[in-house]
Amino acid sequence: MTRLANAFPADRAALVCFVTAGDPDAASTPAILDALVEGGADVIELGMPFTDPMADGPAIQAANLRSLAAGTKTADILQIATGFRSRHPDVPLVLMGYANPMTRRGPEWFADAAAAAGVDGVICVDIPVEEDASLGPALRAKGIAPIRLATPTTDAARLPAVLDGAGGFLYYVSVAGITGKQQAVQASIEEAVARLKASTDLPIAVGFGVRTPEQAAAIARVADGVVVGSAIVDIVAQHGANSSGPVRDYIRSLSSAIATARQTTNA
Amino acid sequence: MTNAAPQPNSYRNQPDAQGHFGQFGGRYVAETLMPLVLDLEKHYRAAQADPAFQAQFDDLLEHYVGRPSPLYYAERLTEELRKDAPAGKGAQIWFKRDELNHTGAHKINNCIGQILLAMRMGKTRIIAETGAGQHGVATATVCARFGLPCVIYMGATDVARQQPNVFRMKLLGAEVIPVTSGAATLKDAMNEGLRDWVANVHDTFYIIGTAAGPHPYPELVRDFQSVIGKEARAQMLSRINRLPDLLVAAIGGGSNALGLFHPFLDDDVKMLGVEAAGYGLDGNEHAASLLGGFPGILHGNKTYLLQDEDGQITEGHSISAGLDYPGIGPEHAWLKDMGRVEYTAITDDEALDGFQLLCRTEGIIPALEPAHAIAAVAKIARDMDRDQIILANLCGRGDKDIFTVAEKLGVEM
Ligand SMILES: Cc1ncc(COP(=O)(O)O)c(C=O)c1O
Repeated sequence: MTRLANAFPADRAALVCFVTAGDPDAASTPAILDALVEGGADVIELGMPFTDPMADGPAIQAANLRSLAAGTKTADILQIATGFRSRHPDVPLVLMGYANPMTRRGPEWFADAAAAAGVDGVICVDIPVEEDASLGPALRAKGIAPIRLATPTTDAARLPAVLDGAGGFLYYVSVAGITGKQQAVQASIEEAVARLKASTDLPIAVGFGVRTPEQAAAIARVADGVVVGSAIVDIVAQHGANSSGPVRDYIRSLSSAIATARQTTNA
Repeated sequence: MTNAAPQPNSYRNQPDAQGHFGQFGGRYVAETLMPLVLDLEKHYRAAQADPAFQAQFDDLLEHYVGRPSPLYYAERLTEELRKDAPAGKGAQIWFKRDELNHTGAHKINNCIGQILLAMRMGKTRIIAETGAGQHGVATATVCARFGLPCVIYMGATDVARQQPNVFRMKLLGAEVIPVTSGAATLKDAMNEGLRDWVANVHDTFYIIGTAAGPHPYPELVRDFQSVIGKEARAQMLSRINRLPDLLVAAIGGGSNALGLFHPFLDDDVKMLGVEAAGYGLDGNEHAASLLGGFPGILHGNKTYLLQDEDGQITEGHSISAGLDYPGIGPEHAWLKDMGRVEYTAITDDEALDGFQLLCRTEGIIPALEPAHAIAAVAKIARDMDRDQIILANLCGRGDKDIFTVAEKLGVEM
């Protein structure tokens, strides 16, 4: 968990990058993860493919299906994580996905396996705080941060419950909707981040619909982290096993925009 | 023998305050939907306590849906099955005729309840998923009746095999969106419904078609469908002054079965839920989540699912589009584990036999879903005594299925 705590520097926003494990196949993922790090990613979200990604838009749905069609198993994903941890001892790695693949062999099994693979945090899209008992206690017992989501529909009355037992960072989903769609208007993001910051010391990372360096920089001015997913998945969809170069270049464009984002406004 | 309020150890007082039926059920949804699901529960509790809501529901069921549906003694079917039963055997077979409802299935009972709830909540747009198209038709019907725009998600495979219902929905003014992801059947339609809902939470009400999904859906769908069992219980008592020995119903997500079973759960009445065995339970080509699946989490609830060892959902198969779903309502998962209800499965071929048997003996063309229940009844009746009574839910009529059946029987239309 210290890796996650160190990933959010005080002077600039962190870049949080999502890719689906095993897309286009499990053998290609390690090089894509390396490209994310080389391009300047501060936190890696490794998506666990699921047959029924209900909260995802067309881009990540297709990535899930490509991965499963290539035969990606839970064991492959854990192996990808283990390899990443040995190559990048300091870069935080978060598993993101849905409840059923995570809990199939029991929450303790999953928490043990994730901890052994060097995973720092877990985002489970369809386990809200009301169902935390299904996974949260097992993760916390192994020192893995259960990363919670807050959304435009999470009101002030509900927020304390969402934060109770949360770890790592708070992921603010800026749009009520599925991944890969429109980005929220900047003013609403600023207002939401201010509201969240008043309630927690956890870093606030903002995502959903972030594509361009300009969008990333705008969020970086107000939030502790910027999450990018579908845009990276689109590059992998296009370049398949040869995605490392284009992914690295794209991430670099985001990380350099984020690096100077706050100076631009303060100047 | 009136149906008293549930006692503390009753089978009728589930779920708990968190929407759990034992280890099953719950609210496994994305955070965006969670406040909505809580709001729905709040409004449902208020509606339950409001006599005007119940009165409006009852009035629409009587004058629009055509309830109560008849309770019917199937004399010729009973005699037919007695022909090769041992001496003294061959139970009496009765049907609850929910296929006579407006729109031809039990689905409308639930849709009336949910659209009244949607309007109470001030929602102005309705979405739903559908498999066989019966729930889609029922939803489109109530939307036309109340003047609300309606979007129906339907797997592209089901669109192809249920053309008459697709056309019905369009006539009723609904927009039907074919879903091409996955196997393009009911599960994928439900994913798409949830995606629409999460993006349109401010004005949209999702009318879920079976007793599944996040709490409070399994509970409220069951409650709205319980009109089936409440009527049947009262009708049995007034007609022959006794309760049946066995209830039988087909199970897709489980709503018609729960609707029949729930009011009888604390009575000395046996119950049998009939899943779809497709090409047989020994392979993977079936839709029997209770008999062939494992507990897991999908579509907002924990329940038995068809899945592999990594928790990936596997595609079921049934000749009946309405049973072709890899999950099941969480209350059934609980009733199975409690041992209160027994579950069996019927293959495509057996269901086709049951379908034709009812056509020939009773002059009733059943939907392929209850044809599974009929096939199960045909197997069991001969082992029960002649004075015993089986009550099966005839939850849908077969007009929608005649093309599928014709194809299976090698008839060109
Ligand atoms: C006539 C009929 N019966 C049964 C079902 C299965 O649903 P459930 O198990 O919720 O009753 C359907 C679903 O479309 C149906 O149309």
